[in-house]
Amino acid sequence: MKDKSYSIIGSYKTKNTVEKAAGVIFIVCALFAVLAVFSITIYMIISGTPAIFEVGLKEILFGTVWKPTAAEPRFGILYVILTSIVGTFFAILIGVPIGLMTAVFLAETAPKRLAGIVRPAVELLAGIPSVVYGLLGILVLNPAVYKMEIALFKDDPTHQFTGGSNLISAVLVLAIMILPTVINISESSLRAVPAHYKQASLALGATHIQTIFKVLIPAAKSGIVTAVVLGVGRAIGEAMAISLVAGNGVNFPLLFNSVRFLTTAVVSEMSYAADTHKKVLFTIGLVLFIFIILINLILNKVMKGGNKDAVRS
Amino acid sequence: MLSVHSIYEKRRRPLDGFIHGIIYVCASISILLLAGIVIYVAYHGLSSIHWSFLVTVPSAVKGTFGIAGNIVNTLYIIFITLIISVPLGVGAAIYLNEYAKPGKLVNLIEFTTETLSGIPSIIFGLFGYVFFGQTLKLGYSILTGALTLAIMVLPLITRNTQEALKSVPDSYRSGALGIGATKWYMIRTILLPSAMPGIITGIILSIGRIVGESAALLFTAGSGYLLPKLGKYGEGLFQKILQPGGTLTIQLYLSMEKGEYEAAFGIALVLLVLVFGINRLTKYLAHRLDVNK
Repeated sequence: MKDKSYSIIGSYKTKNTVEKAAGVIFIVCALFAVLAVFSITIYMIISGTPAIFEVGLKEILFGTVWKPTAAEPRFGILYVILTSIVGTFFAILIGVPIGLMTAVFLAETAPKRLAGIVRPAVELLAGIPSVVYGLLGILVLNPAVYKMEIALFKDDPTHQFTGGSNLISAVLVLAIMILPTVINISESSLRAVPAHYKQASLALGATHIQTIFKVLIPAAKSGIVTAVVLGVGRAIGEAMAISLVAGNGVNFPLLFNSVRFLTTAVVSEMSYAADTHKKVLFTIGLVLFIFIILINLILNKVMKGGNKDAVRS
Repeated sequence: MLSVHSIYEKRRRPLDGFIHGIIYVCASISILLLAGIVIYVAYHGLSSIHWSFLVTVPSAVKGTFGIAGNIVNTLYIIFITLIISVPLGVGAAIYLNEYAKPGKLVNLIEFTTETLSGIPSIIFGLFGYVFFGQTLKLGYSILTGALTLAIMVLPLITRNTQEALKSVPDSYRSGALGIGATKWYMIRTILLPSAMPGIITGIILSIGRIVGESAALLFTAGSGYLLPKLGKYGEGLFQKILQPGGTLTIQLYLSMEKGEYEAAFGIALVLLVLVFGINRLTKYLAHRLDVNK
């Protein structure tokens, strides 16, 4: 009957091994995120730098002529970088006020039942694949913007018509795409403001609107800044939605110019690029990556200062 | 005479009304945009969705255009991605929540997880193309795409599992350890079942992200649209993993590029229905499996 008796110390050895193995396996799992970020960084640098030595850093970053397939190829991406910055800036300029006001609406002024319908709808908006936004951009926005373009420039012989595929269309698509991010995070940070702030303000005689703009929004500042920074990240990194909407010409980012973003430059030429051209595309990827890392560092700073949990939920 | 003000005498601030108006206008813009997008896609997509659209593959010979191959590719990529990322993500969350002591290592892991969720998909695409495609010589294949996406959804799963583990009461842990369970036994039989709703939410959110992903897949999984060949013993199903395969979003992008808007709207509608379904499912499961209620 030996094997039927149990000892509390009998299986100590196997248990100990299993325990140790479990601990080791979990730490390995946890280190994968670190490994991934390090290898992405290293690979972006390895594949992005050769072109800098071949073409020259100044020529790439400050050159304005993009003729990768010409007999004497030129690889200036200054306009591409500027387009990404200007495009993101305008998208934030349009998207953040609308998003913030919608968040105020949901958190404060909306009737409960209406908010109950709108909130899940906004979540759904966040889940729509970016290519679908692109599709609507081509078929709805571009024709509308083209009409505007015709009306504005019909007497201007120097204007190159873009058929509506220009910076405005891309900015509008980006602004719509950052809305859900801005709304969700701003709303939860507005909700996270302690109730007695609002009660005190109302008790002192401030109106609801005064309370919202003088008390609630300043108190939720760090969450709102986080929302904006995340919005910047999303706008600058978006590729597929705008690749067919922006027109894809390498031009100075004026509202009615056909433009190319950092992301769309990679998407549109990667499939057929070769040699130096391909290496330069990776350099563009590296530039984008550097922007993103900067945004992440800013985000990390902002979140440390504010209420992290309000932002996450 | 002293002017007497009653608290019932509300002073109207014209500015308030104006700002109220602005709030309502902005909110209606957001709501109308969403409603407009859904209705527009549904209206234009319905006409191209019929049975053969869903069950055939594009063929010049038979003159058909369908998305069956893309649906199968999407399923392949979802499945393989999750097989890789769920154990890693859950394991990472267990380490962070149950084993790790606060310190530099935990900060580093949390910072990198945060960074990973902020990297745009096009960067993942470039990395996957160079690392999995060229360095590991997997080329354009479903496996390359799935490996790339596994890194991308890792933070989603880690974070959701971590939140779920945090919400398991400490009394469960001390109770289990107090009656002599070892740590791993406690995690396996008490913590993981209690944290299951959070883990499943993370998985479904990841599926949503995979279904909608395009930029990370364009240079990794490629754009094949054929159904896997079965082969004699079904080995074709496994060979498919090493062949290129475009998901629904990739096919949508390619159709759009070629100007085939009818097909594009059909796929867009299928995607919207999927996203909507996934959204409802997440809500339902989170509600249903909430053990703390």
